[in-house]
Amino acid sequence: MEREKMHRLLRDMMLSRIFEERAAEEYQKGNIVGFLHLYPGEEAVAAGVINATGPSDYIVSTYREHAHALVRGVPPRTVMAELFGRATGMSGGMGGSMHMFDRERRFMGGYGIVGETYPIAIGIGYAIALRSLPESVICFFGDGAVNQGTFHESLNMAALWRLPVLFVCENNHYAIGTDIHRHSAVPEVYKRAAAYNIPAEKIDGMDVLKVYEAARHALDRIRRAGGPQFLEFETYRYRGHSMADAGAYRPAVEVKAWAAIDPLTIGAREIEFHYPTPAELAEVGPDNIARLTEHMISVGHLEAQEVAQIRKEVEAVVEDAVQFSLASAQPTMDEAWRHLNCNRRHEQLLPA
Amino acid sequence: MTQELLYWQALNRALDVEMAADESVFVLGEDVGLYGGSYRVTEGLYAKYGEARVRDTPISENSFTGLGVGAAMVGTRPVVEIMTINFAMLALDSIVNGAAKIPFMSGGQFPMPLVIRVPGGVARQLAAQHAQRLESMFMNVPGLRVAVPSTPQDAYWQLRQAIASDEPVVLLEHEVLYFTKGPVDTMAQPPPMHQAAIRRPGKDLTLIGYSRTALQAQEAAAELAKEGIEAEVIDLRSLNPIDWKTLSGSVNKTHRALVIEEDCRHAGAGAEIAASLAERCFFSLDAPVQRVAGLDIPTPYNGALEAASIPRVADIVAAARALLGPREKAAA
Repeated sequence: MEREKMHRLLRDMMLSRIFEERAAEEYQKGNIVGFLHLYPGEEAVAAGVINATGPSDYIVSTYREHAHALVRGVPPRTVMAELFGRATGMSGGMGGSMHMFDRERRFMGGYGIVGETYPIAIGIGYAIALRSLPESVICFFGDGAVNQGTFHESLNMAALWRLPVLFVCENNHYAIGTDIHRHSAVPEVYKRAAAYNIPAEKIDGMDVLKVYEAARHALDRIRRAGGPQFLEFETYRYRGHSMADAGAYRPAVEVKAWAAIDPLTIGAREIEFHYPTPAELAEVGPDNIARLTEHMISVGHLEAQEVAQIRKEVEAVVEDAVQFSLASAQPTMDEAWRHLNCNRRHEQLLPA
Repeated sequence: MTQELLYWQALNRALDVEMAADESVFVLGEDVGLYGGSYRVTEGLYAKYGEARVRDTPISENSFTGLGVGAAMVGTRPVVEIMTINFAMLALDSIVNGAAKIPFMSGGQFPMPLVIRVPGGVARQLAAQHAQRLESMFMNVPGLRVAVPSTPQDAYWQLRQAIASDEPVVLLEHEVLYFTKGPVDTMAQPPPMHQAAIRRPGKDLTLIGYSRTALQAQEAAAELAKEGIEAEVIDLRSLNPIDWKTLSGSVNKTHRALVIEEDCRHAGAGAEIAASLAERCFFSLDAPVQRVAGLDIPTPYNGALEAASIPRVADIVAAARALLGPREKAAA
């Protein structure tokens, strides 16, 4: 892979990590409220998959979608401002953490109902097929979402009508607080796609290069042959399900083992994380970011001292996003009504 | 041009006209294609427009309704048919959490040009799981529009308007009305989709109905006329929004209102109308707004009990007489 691309992946992963850690801080300060589901640990999936897409592809995300939006190119300012509930946020302050939309970038939303997104994704796929366009839809979901009925209903229709949808399972092994072995009779999620004859692969979701290649090939297959594809990425979230969850149900040994293969770590090792602590990371070895930085250094695409530089740049971007959000106006109730009635044809409901 | 059409034919004509005019309009649902639709509403469209635009779906209500939501987000204009309103319970997530919320929670970035057609109401001995109204459930969801045509003309107009609208519209079609006949003028300029219609002018009291009960209200008004009672009949045509201007205009004139709904009485459309009219017209009301409604009971299979569980014309006539009180009766 060329140097530029690798740098892009590294930067996206570091931005995702640092953005989320800052969001956690702002949550503790009370600048962000409500539900806040953070992404640390899973960065390789967002960075790898979304960097494999083109600008005409669509992204349908979940409630853990800040990193998806950032990697898609949504300015960190508007992502952070949405968390702050400001009028300058991605969704005008109407959606918050779980409901981020960006029409221009074909970022089709974060959704708070588990399993709600498959039908939306196949609907977009249906519209693409109806117009015979060379576009695809990425449908993100977690391992907890595969036990909803819509998973089976939608995979069936996607396969039946050969819709251009890439189903992406971010398997972090927990349905909120329930371990995959306690929520799924078949914990190898990718196997379920076989029931609908959808080609599926299980990939190491802590290795961004593998993620990127798998997504690129799957999207190629969709464009060449049509029909859906399915990828399962094994990953792990270092935090609890949301800010309201300390994740106490997880064995310490398991958290440590996953921290060992953090996609970000080595370069980011000095940064202070809540999950895991730098001391813990040092004990167990590289994480997902570290794996990439190590690889980049070994192939000569990165100098060790550049890592600190990238981190510094990203921190400045996140700081700017926070300052922008703090300075942004609160939305008004008039704006709320206008968003509700965003009827583009300006139909008059009743005579004045 | 005016023709006599059955209610289902009027809907069929509306779909045909919109599909011919705009390639982004497509219909989907169970048996809408090859089969022609359980109530014939999509008859002939599969042959004319092909399977991509008249899509037979698996029995997966939540996902094919959600498919409509996703497709509407990217500018197509899906018309989803849910075979009966009872099955719409399975699609509530796509309707309530999806279609109704996305335009708003995206900060206005994604309008929702989606139509959800749902046959419903009490038909003939279909029993509790196939004989529900449930309109109050949809009325209570901000962001959803609920249209309730009672005539072939309105069915034609309102379906066309729903397809043209950029807002999610639930079109409630009454199963008993599919084979009723009426004039349909395809050239006339329709009234706004959500405007109520005064079906019969009167001065003594206002009968307020929608869908099937709008027709029953007219029958009741004809009965009452024989006793010299002049009832004004309003057909709501829309349950969200409600045309309060027409309603309060009538009630301020007649000073008495009776709402007729097939849905259960408890927390139904009638409750909303009675409460709002009390707020809006309190000082011109001579009596509390009254309701004739379905009983708060699952619809019995038994024919006689089924008939007794929903409003009959005689019930409306009796309630109207009671509302007018002894003085008016004596005068009549």
